[in-house]
Amino acid sequence: MIAYVTRRILFAGVLLLVVSLFTFLLFALLPTDPAALTCGKACTPERIEANRVRLGYDKPVTTQYWLFLKGVFAGRTYGEGQGEFTCPAPSLGYSFSEKDCVTTLIGRTLPVTASIAAGGFALWMIVGIGLGMVSALKRGRWPDRAISIFSVIGLSFPTFFLALLLLFIFVIWTQILPFPSYVAPQDDFIGWCKALILPWCTIAIISAPSYIRLTRFGMLETMNEDYVRLGIAKGLKRSVVLRKYVLRSALIPIVTVAGLDFGITLGGAVFTESVFSLPGMGKLSIRAVIDSDLPVLVATTLVAAVFIIVFNLLVDLFYGFVDPRVRVRT
Amino acid sequence: MSSEVILEAIDVIKHFPTGARGLLQRTTGTVKAVDGVSLQIYTGQTLGIVGESGCGKSTLARVLMRLLEPSAGSVKLQGEDITHIHGQHLRKVRSQMQMVFQDPIASLNPRHSVGEIISTPLKFLEGHHAGSDKARVQELMNLVGLNPEHYNRYPHEFSGGQRQRIGIARAIAVNPKIIVADEPVSALDVSIQAQILNLLEKLQADFGLSYVFIAHDLSVVRHIADQVAVMYLGKIVEIGSPEDVYGITAHPYTKALMSAVPVANPRIAANRHRIVLTGDVPSPVNPPSGCRFRTRCPKAQELCAQDEPLLLDRGHGHPVACHFPD
Amino acid sequence: MSDEVRKGEVVLEVEDLSVGFPTPDGLVQAVNGVSFSVSSGQTLGIVGESGSGKSVTASTIMGLTNQKSANVLGSIKVGGIDILRADEPTVRGLRGQEMAMVFQDPMSALNPYYTVGNQIGEAYAVHHPGCTKKERREIALGMLNKVGIPNPIQRIDEYPHQFSGGMRQRIVIAIALVNNPRLLIADEPTTALDVTVQAQILELMKSLQQEFGSAIILITHDLGVVAEAVDDVMVMYAGRSMEKASVTTLFDNPSHPYTRGLMGAVRSLDHSSRGSLHTIPGSPPSLISLPSGCSFRPRCDLAASLGDTCSLKVPSMRRVEPIGSLSACHLDDQQLVNLTKKNFAS
Repeated sequence: MIAYVTRRILFAGVLLLVVSLFTFLLFALLPTDPAALTCGKACTPERIEANRVRLGYDKPVTTQYWLFLKGVFAGRTYGEGQGEFTCPAPSLGYSFSEKDCVTTLIGRTLPVTASIAAGGFALWMIVGIGLGMVSALKRGRWPDRAISIFSVIGLSFPTFFLALLLLFIFVIWTQILPFPSYVAPQDDFIGWCKALILPWCTIAIISAPSYIRLTRFGMLETMNEDYVRLGIAKGLKRSVVLRKYVLRSALIPIVTVAGLDFGITLGGAVFTESVFSLPGMGKLSIRAVIDSDLPVLVATTLVAAVFIIVFNLLVDLFYGFVDPRVRVRT
Repeated sequence: MSSEVILEAIDVIKHFPTGARGLLQRTTGTVKAVDGVSLQIYTGQTLGIVGESGCGKSTLARVLMRLLEPSAGSVKLQGEDITHIHGQHLRKVRSQMQMVFQDPIASLNPRHSVGEIISTPLKFLEGHHAGSDKARVQELMNLVGLNPEHYNRYPHEFSGGQRQRIGIARAIAVNPKIIVADEPVSALDVSIQAQILNLLEKLQADFGLSYVFIAHDLSVVRHIADQVAVMYLGKIVEIGSPEDVYGITAHPYTKALMSAVPVANPRIAANRHRIVLTGDVPSPVNPPSGCRFRTRCPKAQELCAQDEPLLLDRGHGHPVACHFPD
Repeated sequence: MSDEVRKGEVVLEVEDLSVGFPTPDGLVQAVNGVSFSVSSGQTLGIVGESGSGKSVTASTIMGLTNQKSANVLGSIKVGGIDILRADEPTVRGLRGQEMAMVFQDPMSALNPYYTVGNQIGEAYAVHHPGCTKKERREIALGMLNKVGIPNPIQRIDEYPHQFSGGMRQRIVIAIALVNNPRLLIADEPTTALDVTVQAQILELMKSLQQEFGSAIILITHDLGVVAEAVDDVMVMYAGRSMEKASVTTLFDNPSHPYTRGLMGAVRSLDHSSRGSLHTIPGSPPSLISLPSGCSFRPRCDLAASLGDTCSLKVPSMRRVEPIGSLSACHLDDQQLVNLTKKNFAS
């Protein structure tokens, strides 16, 4: 088991390195000149050249990548003399448009995205699995039909449209909720909830339907398994069979999908953040795309990749933990 | 056996690495699925391969058809070595050998009509004219006992036995010389099994086909085969005509296998002595030393652990791989 | 010889059982007016091809057929209690305690997430509330021993996937017998196993029956298994019972044309049987639109000799003298007896 975990972690590390290399190369090979974007209209060729040297864009791509990697672990100092400044480790570069170290920007936006993702995730899992169970247990009867109609509606709404609709109903029309404005949960927990309830609902309504279907399908599938029939044949109560026999195996595959989905959402809920004007990573990425802010783009892409890889790893380890068949094979 | 050899396996070995393959993962061993098998298939005759699950009979069939490349040894089709051929050449060779599968439902594409299923292999024939497909397919359907008017129906509209007939029609569509049938009747009801076996025999007589017939059911093989090979853990333990193998059984494993088959006669069943083997088949990753059957053999002695018995005629008129045959 | 060998008290009495499943295409009449009974120590074989209704009969007896989604008629009395009319807690009390089941595929019959010891212990604990963990473990250990699992002390904490198919089927049997039920229903218990393992399992069931004295219903499509392992046989076709007899009577004098067809299709190991096998023409009918009258009529080569009778009336079970078997066929006794004298291809 320990060997298995070590191997998986090592593998995740290698994967991260590969992803970082690809991301870096991808953006480095773009036809845009990163140095030209470091100053606005008041640019002169001399200033551009100076900035190019300061940020290391004059060096070959491989050296740039090496400096980038070194920066992640050791921090990075740009320029020398008067213009010298340092982005401490882990440094992901410097954004000229924001005039700040990229790590600082990520540090500022990540809590917002994490808050949105965590709450949305919790809500969609509860709604998705809960309704999925009801749907499976009442198969073919009216609760099942009602839930499937809800699923279809949820699946067919574009995120931005749903977000706008919720915003209109609860903020502009009925004015039940204030316009979302992010506060840290440790400062004002109620305010945090109030600001994020609509984004959470948006994400939940969009994501829950696939979980309803997965749960319903998984449960119906498992209920036909011989071992579930054997459980009933033993004389166990239906509730016990449901808990010990059906739910466990029906939910395990869902965890795989959920882990990955959560990782993806953590990388930035682009539409949700934009509509509700929440300063998260998604919004940061959008801004970076519009401004061609390469260091930020590389960084947000990388951070998103890290989340996906990490959650993928966690899911795999979880499998090894709950499924004896995986446990022994390793 | 007066007729000529059409397909031949010489010391064929097929090993599969075990353990998940991938980055940073090691293989932990090899499954010795087929471990040194030689046999001949004669024109117009049937070789039956029997054995329990995991004995390597299906792997052997796939090697014979060159769906798998053997790890060692060679396969010859009409004297031509086809062990390592690839690409165009392999495709051409393969069209002379067709397969009939166990599960007629899983082996047919549910979204294709019967006509499409049977005509698909025709498209790869040399000098193929699309215009003549329908006539040919209906001729084939007639041959296997299907109503040619059902040309446009889908597999789910047919019963299990009829689906197996579709599978057989597809297999004979390209006029193959050899048909490898992997448990073709074991998913069917007894009364339907008989229909399919009769059909296979009729086709063999009409077209001079050679069959490799794989089954775990000894009575099916007895009925259809001209030559029976009994496999255990990747090796042939006894081979010969059905009269020899079933009548003058020499290998203790074959004996046990035969005595385990229930007899559909309660008076015989009540009185006969049955050899009940103990334990399970050992893992093909780590087969026993010497004779592979020795761990379950009632006659095993020290010699069996040291020396592997060769497949030789030991005075029974047919080859047996046992140090102490009956 | 009488066709029903009574060895003890009646454990199960099924009367006029019908099970139908409504589907979008129509009602699938899986079981159609089937009656039989089993006594302690007796093994009843139910034999039939796929779609004959034998497995549905078994799962309905165990209460595994959802009565909300199926039309179930008739009565099933286990120890005098009609389980089709009893309330859920009563039936639950019978399951696993008075009656138990062994499934066809041992690969899927065990819960992959729990150790085998846990699963055997659980089956015991359901009907012994308040038993201790230690007790459960000891019982499980004892059962593993009884069903012939080597090294039970070590293997009790292993998971199902660590066992071979034959060993798993032994564990399923251990689960079934842990409460010493009076009725054991085995639904194709050896079909998924190799012949040598099948022999082991049949042997095991026989010896456990002698020890526990249970009544066994053995459901199978294999006439060889029937000949080896049962006392009495019921032959089913398209949801109906066609013939009932003791095993020797059935094999000596198969009276029903379907039974005869079935036996003719069986191949033997002893004789070389080259040449055409005897077959039953056609295939079983759709359970949604059964043929009128006798369900076997369209495949029966004797139906024509009786004119319209076979298509007008469903034949009822009656005793065929002097053979002593029960047969559902319109042919009269003399005709059926004459049939049994004709030799069929073997």
